[in-house]
Amino acid sequence: MKTFRQIGAVTLMNLRSLPQRLGTSAVIVIGIAGVVAVLVSVLAMSTGMLKTLTQAGAEDRVIVLRNGSASEMGSNLGRDAVRLIADAPGIKRDAEGRPLASVETLRLVNLFKQSDGSEVMVTLRGVGPQVLAVRPEMKIIEGRMFRPAVNEIIVGKAAKAQFRNMNLGDQITTRGATWTVVGVFSSDGSSHESELIADAETVNGADQRSGFTSVIARLESPQAFQKFKDALSSNPALAVDVSRERDYYERQSETIGKVISVVAYVVGGIMAIGAIFGALNTMYSAVSERLREIATLRALGFGATAMVISVLVEALLLAFIGGAIGAALAWLFFNGHVVGTTAGGVNGHLIFELTVSAQLITTGIVWACVIGLIGGLFPAVRAARLPVVEALRAV
Amino acid sequence: MKYLPLIWAGLWRKKARTIFTMLSIVVAFLLFGLLQGINQGFNTVVQNLDVDRLYVTAKTNLTDGLPIAYASRIKAVPGVRQLSYWTYFAGYYQDSRNPIPAFATDPTALFDIYKDLKIKPEYLQAMQRTRTGVLINEQLAAKYHWKLGDRIPLGTSIWTNKDGSNTWNFDVVGIFDSSALGAGFPGFYLNQSYFDEAAAFGRGTVHYYIVAIDDPAQATAVSQRIDALFANSTNETRTQTESALAQMQLKQLGDINFIVNAIVGAVLFTLLFLTANTMMQSVRERTGELAVLKTLGFSDGKVLSLVLIESLALCVFAAAVGIALAATAFPLLKPIFGKFQMPGIVVAMGAGLALLLAFVSGFAPAWRARQLNIVDALAGR
Repeated sequence: MKTFRQIGAVTLMNLRSLPQRLGTSAVIVIGIAGVVAVLVSVLAMSTGMLKTLTQAGAEDRVIVLRNGSASEMGSNLGRDAVRLIADAPGIKRDAEGRPLASVETLRLVNLFKQSDGSEVMVTLRGVGPQVLAVRPEMKIIEGRMFRPAVNEIIVGKAAKAQFRNMNLGDQITTRGATWTVVGVFSSDGSSHESELIADAETVNGADQRSGFTSVIARLESPQAFQKFKDALSSNPALAVDVSRERDYYERQSETIGKVISVVAYVVGGIMAIGAIFGALNTMYSAVSERLREIATLRALGFGATAMVISVLVEALLLAFIGGAIGAALAWLFFNGHVVGTTAGGVNGHLIFELTVSAQLITTGIVWACVIGLIGGLFPAVRAARLPVVEALRAV
Repeated sequence: MKYLPLIWAGLWRKKARTIFTMLSIVVAFLLFGLLQGINQGFNTVVQNLDVDRLYVTAKTNLTDGLPIAYASRIKAVPGVRQLSYWTYFAGYYQDSRNPIPAFATDPTALFDIYKDLKIKPEYLQAMQRTRTGVLINEQLAAKYHWKLGDRIPLGTSIWTNKDGSNTWNFDVVGIFDSSALGAGFPGFYLNQSYFDEAAAFGRGTVHYYIVAIDDPAQATAVSQRIDALFANSTNETRTQTESALAQMQLKQLGDINFIVNAIVGAVLFTLLFLTANTMMQSVRERTGELAVLKTLGFSDGKVLSLVLIESLALCVFAAAVGIALAATAFPLLKPIFGKFQMPGIVVAMGAGLALLLAFVSGFAPAWRARQLNIVDALAGR
């Protein structure tokens, strides 16, 4: 009990004297704020990318690709195959009994960014007539839906905001066709909003290709997945990979997500080492400035534990403030910041918002506290081990 | 010179503090060297790609492909020395998680265009003789334990062969060294002639042509000549230097560059604050000593330069260590990027930054030392 009272008293005394050491204390706070701001901002990139991609996947949807395909872009399904897939059991049907499946085909189109005019490759997705029933989250927010058999396309909300030539009535050229933009769609903030969409048969007709890349289908229920998958794998005429759409998009973002996380933790880790040195500096000088005070307290009978804890609490408090400032800065500057990239595993140019989630903020603050703890530990031990008589004599 | 011991003593007045400050500067410059070095290194690698190589792709998009029939017409363009082509064969070995960067090509012409690829001439001859032959690079050979004479079944999710299967069998007839071009360079080549014959569809198409020209100075003129040949046809072309194409693809990464710069900015700002603070604290603690120096006859200017030089020594030494550490990391990146070294410009930028850091963090305390009033300082006021 006595130890606790001592700890309380010494810690409070320390904290009350903090304003007198504003300059040196700021070193810990700002050093750690820098580390956390960088860590959180870089991780916000992978979080945002992941969110945009997984948003494209629904629980009750499946994606069927040719077996061995790493992504939609690397898949090729013949006309017979897609017909068999769309007729398989387990797919939900509309009032007229037609399966809710969209047979899709992909192209890349060269477009220019509005910001700096640089050229990027954007996905043009050819879809089946049932697409709005298969993807109910897709909504036309401007203009109208494209008509099949004429060269009309609709563009995603994010694509319209980022690329040139995306207004209603504008024209886009691909191999063998010129398309007119007739509408803009939203799709719950998913990666589809970075794409252009047209009728699959019209897209294939334009450059005289006959293959498709994928079939997207809505299941009767999420539980119907096994039935559907079994039906396809037992069909000897088909060689396909069946995935739940959500799993597929998670796999797509896996590699790039990992790369970004490694960068974040390596850069953040190196910075953290730098910040630990800064924290050590601050806490050592905090201890040495209070040398006389500590020696006096020890002479009065205050225990070593009280000294250690008082220094640690101070370091932790400063680190926590630093972490909170860093996370707040990252949130202020980068949350919702729109970036675009063409990166491994993703088909065309992907536009997404950096997302500073609560989980990231927690990660940042945990890092801050660990840095504070390490930076405070050695000076705290020094404070406790101080030979009282010498310290008193020295001052 | 005679003041050296004085500066030295000043630096080591508080050992722990100087070492910690130094280490945090080392860390910051290590990060700066790594991030900017990789960033600039990429640019240099891309800019140094041979300008005597042109890539001819479809104008609409480079994935659209071009007819193989263009080959003889492009080869006849004045200024063209050699011509080869690539068709992307989305291959994988055993499992789609082991993608193989395989391309169908005319290997003899390809190795003539890429002189940095090292191969024994007999392998190229064997490749010409063996329709189902493939040439692989040393990394792939090591990774999958493939040897000369092995038969490799390669899966593909795009190309069906005439047997109706998407597994193709190839025979390894040669192994080559592509280390000079980095890990990004494809290391698996099959004969376009065989591929074209065996594929069930998509025949007669290549993804792009690679053209070697006689005179790099003529790159633009030759490009225009090639593109003019096919203007207003169904398959219009777009010819650019390898370097221009690589720069375009690098740009596709998009806003990553901005993020790197933001990180470096945050690191340097944090560090500036840390160092400036330490210097200020150190001068504050030495108020008495500096006053004594002044009493002994040191001029205001001399005291100012003493403090500044101290900060300069600390920053420049630590920065040099940081950049040197980053430079030693670069050879480790060589297998990934090929010819890759710490660009001189980054070292120069680092030196400039170190001077700036020293000046900004040292000036305020140095000025304070200069303005010191002897009587007040000695009295501890």
